[in-house]
Amino acid sequence: MELYELTVGQAARLLRDREITSSDITRAVLERIEACDGRIGAYLAVTADLALAQAAAADQAIARGAAGPLTGVPIAVKDLICTAGVATTCGSRILEHFIPPYDATVIRRITDAGAVLVGKLNMDEFAMGSTCEHSAFQPTRNPWHLDLIPGGSSGGSAAAVSADMCLAALGSDTGGSIRQPAAHCGVVGLKPTYGRVSRYGLVAFASSLDQIGPLTKDVTDSALVLGAIAGHDPADSTSVPRDVPDYTTFLESGIKGMRLGLPREYYGLDGLDGEVAAAVRAAVAKLEEMGATTVEVSLPHTDYAVAAYYIIAPAEASSNLARYDGVKYGMRNPGKSLVEMYRRTRSAGFGAEVQRRILIGTYCLSAGYYDAYYRKASQVRTLIGRDFEEAFTRCDAIVAPVTPTAAFAIGEKVDDPLQMYLSDIFTLSANMAGIPGLSVPCGFTADGRPIGLQLLGRHFDEGTLLRLAYNFEQATDFHRRKPFL
Amino acid sequence: MPITRQDVIHVANLAHLELDSAAIDTHVTRLAEILEYVAKLNEVDTAGVEPTRHASDRTNAFREDVPRPGLAPAQALSNAPEREGQQFVVPKIIG
Repeated sequence: MELYELTVGQAARLLRDREITSSDITRAVLERIEACDGRIGAYLAVTADLALAQAAAADQAIARGAAGPLTGVPIAVKDLICTAGVATTCGSRILEHFIPPYDATVIRRITDAGAVLVGKLNMDEFAMGSTCEHSAFQPTRNPWHLDLIPGGSSGGSAAAVSADMCLAALGSDTGGSIRQPAAHCGVVGLKPTYGRVSRYGLVAFASSLDQIGPLTKDVTDSALVLGAIAGHDPADSTSVPRDVPDYTTFLESGIKGMRLGLPREYYGLDGLDGEVAAAVRAAVAKLEEMGATTVEVSLPHTDYAVAAYYIIAPAEASSNLARYDGVKYGMRNPGKSLVEMYRRTRSAGFGAEVQRRILIGTYCLSAGYYDAYYRKASQVRTLIGRDFEEAFTRCDAIVAPVTPTAAFAIGEKVDDPLQMYLSDIFTLSANMAGIPGLSVPCGFTADGRPIGLQLLGRHFDEGTLLRLAYNFEQATDFHRRKPFL
Repeated sequence: MPITRQDVIHVANLAHLELDSAAIDTHVTRLAEILEYVAKLNEVDTAGVEPTRHASDRTNAFREDVPRPGLAPAQALSNAPEREGQQFVVPKIIG
């Protein structure tokens, strides 16, 4: 086994036992990136010098007996999480040369836990997209099949983990941006409960929906990384002061007697691909075999979720992105007057999809349309939340597909935004309701494209999702298959 | 109500975006599709339903008002496209 193939849990054990050094793993990961990323394009920046310095420090800490849960583990982060002194572009021309003067709270937390930062990962610009094709800099290719999209917006994170170009990655999820690329690349992706992880230093897209979470090679790693990044942060007033459990303690309990909800509206969806449906149904059967029971539940407002989301998210984005004005940071395109400078800067700095969402959001918030669009969508959001509350009176977790289809070809939906939005149908409701969601590998299509199984839980019940996913993972070997590179 | 070129120009002005003629045409088409799709929300009876603005039950989050270190001026200015001393420089506003 090559060192870059290690999981976080395996690496931590070997490091603690002094069988390997962080410098060894870090060099192996950097060489792996060098060998593979030319074909995949997951990284926007590789921080080799920083990583080797952090690895040397980690090795000293381990020698002193001061190893934390992530000490010496090479991790990469989506390029919308601020890293002091390291460019944070958000996949956008407007932030191409932005060097944050501070670290995001999650960066401080993983660094305090001893992690080694190997680089910054590609994404759809401002996290707006499901394919990574909307990065201003480069597409990212799916390691399983280089003609396919890796998913998005955390496509670089999913591809890097899948191709063993880091041991784990951080992404962000506003409507599925962790879970969907995790499903398409055959890795584990977890969107925590809204408020579980600090958003301080996360470049804002839609503040009431955004949440940072881990993309990992297995479920144990998901529990380890979540434990390191979760918790209240005074710098993010929406983070919740609530104890962080040791998430690994949930894993070993079996799932006998757990009640799993199967939403009628999801399994009956017109656009649900046959192979995806079959893999998800086989996974449900496997979970039943292991002692879980299933019950049909209803999420009656499913058909309205995409519409409500594509008002609320662009509305919040149009407001959040008003800060890019060419004055304090980011790109400036000069103009004769202040307003001309604003316009020239924003028009040259934002890509087509970002401009489209700013326009939709501005329209929905503008005089005369606010009640019909934004207020209406926010009311429907309440109903979507109630649907989940009602469902969770009858089950402990919901089991569903992550995506209606497996990964599609690069270029296939790039000119059809509405089709791209509709593919978020199974994931974005969790953001609307603020509940946690996890994607775990559950199969492959006949032509070898990974398929993900989605688990949705009650607020702050990540433990149940990790427990279910871990038990499923132990009973299957999908997570052990690797793309051929 | 179909979206018009005038609507797109108006919204682009509000958002401080300048669009060329071809971009306006594309946006008219795409926005019309998207707005037509989201109009399905009108099928939902939301009478008496409170809107959800965020998905957490937190209301006000208070903390002690104690001074703590912030960014030094040089750090705060480090990404400014144009600066002079401790100030951001912008095009002349008053003629």
